[in-house]
Parts: sequence; C-alpha cells; structure tokens
Amino acid sequence: MLPLPSLIDTHCACSGHLSLFTFHLSPVLPLAAFDFSVFLRPSPEAVLNNLSYLLVGLGLSLLLALASWVVAFVVGSIVGVMRTLPGRIAPSMGVCYVELFRNVPLLVQLFVWFFVVPDITPLLGDWFKQQVSPFWQEFIAGTVCLGLFTAARIAEQVRAGIGSLGPGQLGAGLALGLRRRQVYLLVLLPVAYRILIPTLTSEFLNLIKNTAVASTVGYLELAQRSASMGETTSRVYEAFTAATVLYAILNLLVMFLARALERISALPGFLGAGGNK
Amino acid sequence: MPFDWSSIPGSLPILWQGMIVTIQITLVGALVGILLGMILAVLRLSRSRILSWLAAAYVTVFRSIPLVMVLFWFHLILVPLAAGLLFPGQRLELGLLTALTAFSLFEASYYAEIIRAGIMSVTKGQFSAGLALGMNRGQVMRLVVLPQALRRMIPLLLTQAIILFQDSTLVYVINLDDFFRKAYNIGNTVGTLNEMILFAGAVYLVICTLTSGCVRQLHRKLIVSPVK
Repeated sequence: MLPLPSLIDTHCACSGHLSLFTFHLSPVLPLAAFDFSVFLRPSPEAVLNNLSYLLVGLGLSLLLALASWVVAFVVGSIVGVMRTLPGRIAPSMGVCYVELFRNVPLLVQLFVWFFVVPDITPLLGDWFKQQVSPFWQEFIAGTVCLGLFTAARIAEQVRAGIGSLGPGQLGAGLALGLRRRQVYLLVLLPVAYRILIPTLTSEFLNLIKNTAVASTVGYLELAQRSASMGETTSRVYEAFTAATVLYAILNLLVMFLARALERISALPGFLGAGGNK
Repeated sequence: MPFDWSSIPGSLPILWQGMIVTIQITLVGALVGILLGMILAVLRLSRSRILSWLAAAYVTVFRSIPLVMVLFWFHLILVPLAAGLLFPGQRLELGLLTALTAFSLFEASYYAEIIRAGIMSVTKGQFSAGLALGMNRGQVMRLVVLPQALRRMIPLLLTQAIILFQDSTLVYVINLDDFFRKAYNIGNTVGTLNEMILFAGAVYLVICTLTSGCVRQLHRKLIVSPVK
C-alpha cells in the first residue's frame, strides 16, 4: 500500500511478480529505481539466483579470510616472538620481514605471488601452473599473499603485547625452571593473545576487506561478484547495495563474536586491552 | 627463468607519467582527506546528537567496506551520476576524477578516527582551562585543543598518507593508469611482466621505507614531554 501511485513503476521491465517492490526513489536520479526482484532472477553461474550468487561470493571472501588468518596468525606470532628474543640476528630478521611486507602495496605482492613466483620456482611453479585448477591457483596465491601481508601486522602487535607484559613474567617463568620456548608457549603468548583480542579483531576485519584485492587475479569474491552481477543484469545499484550491506553485516557479526570472545577470555587483574602490568 | 631487465630504462618516461597520477592521488587524497577528517572528527565530538551521529555513520560505513568496493561505487555509479547532473550531455574523462573523489572521501573516514583519537588524548583540563579563560567552545577547539592534538597526530597522519600511497595501486580495478598499472601494461605488451612487477614493487619498497624512516625520526623529535 503506497500512498503515491506515481512512485510505483508500473512499466516494470522485469518478470513482474515482484513489481510492488519496484519504485523510483527520486525523479532526479533515474538510476535510483530499486528493483529487488533482480536478486531472484537466474544468475550467470550454476547457483539458484543472483542473491545466492552474491552469498557464495560472501562465503568465498570469508573462506579466503579464514585461510589467510591461519597463515597470518602462525607466521605473525613467530616473527613477533623473534623480535622480542635476545641477541641481534633474530630481532633484525623480524624487522626485515615486517619492513618488507609493510612497504610493498598489497596488490603488487599479490601479483608477485600469482605471476612471478610460479615462474621462478622451477618444479613447484610448473606443477602450480599446469596441475592446479584456476580457482585453487587464485585461492592459494591469495592465501599466501594475504597471510604473509597480515602476518607483518600481527607480528607488530604480538611484539607490543609481549612487551606490555614486562620482564617479570619471563623472569618468573625462567626461575621456575621452564625453558625459554616453554615460557613463550605457556606463559607469554597465551596472556599476550588475550590482551590483544581487540586489536587482532580489527586486523581480521581488515583482512576480510583486503580479500577484495584478490578479485584482481580473478578470484570471484563478493565485490567482484557484485560487479559482474551488475554487468549481466545492468542493475549495478542493487548489486552494489547488496554487496555493501553484506560486508556491513559480516563486519557486525565478527565484532559481535569478538566481543563475546573478549568477555569469555578476560584476564582478571587487567584494565581492559592496555593492561596495567 | 632468467630475468630480462633491458626493457626498464626505455619505459621510464611512461612509468613517470604513471607516477604523476599516483602522486596526484596521494597528495589530493591526503590533503582533502585530512581536511574532511578534521571536520568529521569535530562534528563527531560536538554536542549536537544529530551531527555526531551523522559523522559516526559516515566513518562506520566507509570503514566497513573494502576500498575496491568503494572504487566500484564511485566508478560505476556516483561519479557518472554527479557528472551527468552537473554537465549533462558531455562526454568527460572521469578516471582520475573518480580516483581523486573516492580516495579523498574514503581516506577522510580513516583520518577522522586518527584525529578524533588525537583530540581525545588532550586532557580535559586543557578544555576547562580554555573555557575558564572566557573562550567559547569553538575557540578552545581551534586555539587550544587542535594545535596540541595535531602536533601529536602528525606522525600518524603521515603514516596514513604512506598507506594511501600504497593503496592507490588499487585504481587498477577502475582501469586508471597509475604507476603500477603502467608497469603492468608495459610488462604485458613487451613480455617482461615478471621484471616489471618486481621493479614496481622495488620502487614502492624504497619510497615507503625511506618515507616511513623519516616519519619515525620526526616522531622522535615531536614527542612533547609532559609539563609537570
């Protein structure tokens, strides 16, 4: 029941069964005629309709983000710990890693992993180019690239987290007879991770957003799918709005889960994220 | 596979044209972004509920979607729409304009958060002292709070500009020929894609390492020791 009949687009070019949802938002913006039925039309790929086409894209974005997170978390922790070790060699190797991966644009790094590395590694590269399907090529290159890129940022936070614990924890652990490796694995890292949950959350959110860069090598994630849906249906507005809303929902969901995790794992005796030593 | 670097010297003039585009995006994006970001930050901290909510909404929306998505929006919808309304019937070259607007408005949301944090790091006492001296809120903000906050923020603002410089490579998705896209195109046509990608990466690495080193030096110099 819309009070203004002029708002309803009765000459809907679409299939028609949802034409009530089709109305002009403004006469000035002819593009702004939202047609939500476009999401129910068949999609270019073998999925039910355009909405599921986009939802698969959202899933692929999340999948790439999760796979990269595993790489980033492991490598980032190792590099972060290296920067807190005594001596010169390990810390300076950590610094080099962070500087290298932070000072080259993500897009360039992706192209290096996707185009250059398979060409210059004889055996593995040939296998990668000949035996691996295009989807997995894009996925693997994306995972390695985003993982190692994000690792540099996680390393900085792990280092800061361990630094914020002060020397007392390390000393206490060593005095109890633990080896240095044990002190890190059993004392320092578990505490540091719990302090770092908020910053790690925002790193994960960044990672989700960065998966859109993988579209440049052909990985059909959400942003790319919204663009190609816009192209095939010539309903760019609807496609972009849907993708934007889906990104926002995913964002909120991750933040909500992270809050819950933060509550569960809150450290007694610490004032929130900063810690009071 | 051996590398063939011979095509690089000859392509330097073309690459330089691309670098100019990259520099334009970085400078305009940073300057307009800081200006808008400052406005957004002040609005967000203002006493008006509506203004503060609007500023928060702007920042949240831009920060929750990928830059690629933002570029898509500006490339296919917002800039053509605006151009159609302002200059109806004209065919314009919109590539660079799209990149400049998209980056300025996108970066504004990131700068807004940096500046807001900077303003909030100035102690409450400063604000009260300004009010007690008979200034109004606007004057306190402009003459007392912002100068201190800006000084503290400069390193972060510059770091964000370096990130912007790197992110400008993403104009690749709207087919704008910046430095990296030019390098990629040359590599594709000449058949030295690997060399061109590595060369472009090295150029970014050198520029960003040097500038972030300078920013670190500056940070050390700018630290204001608190007056006790």
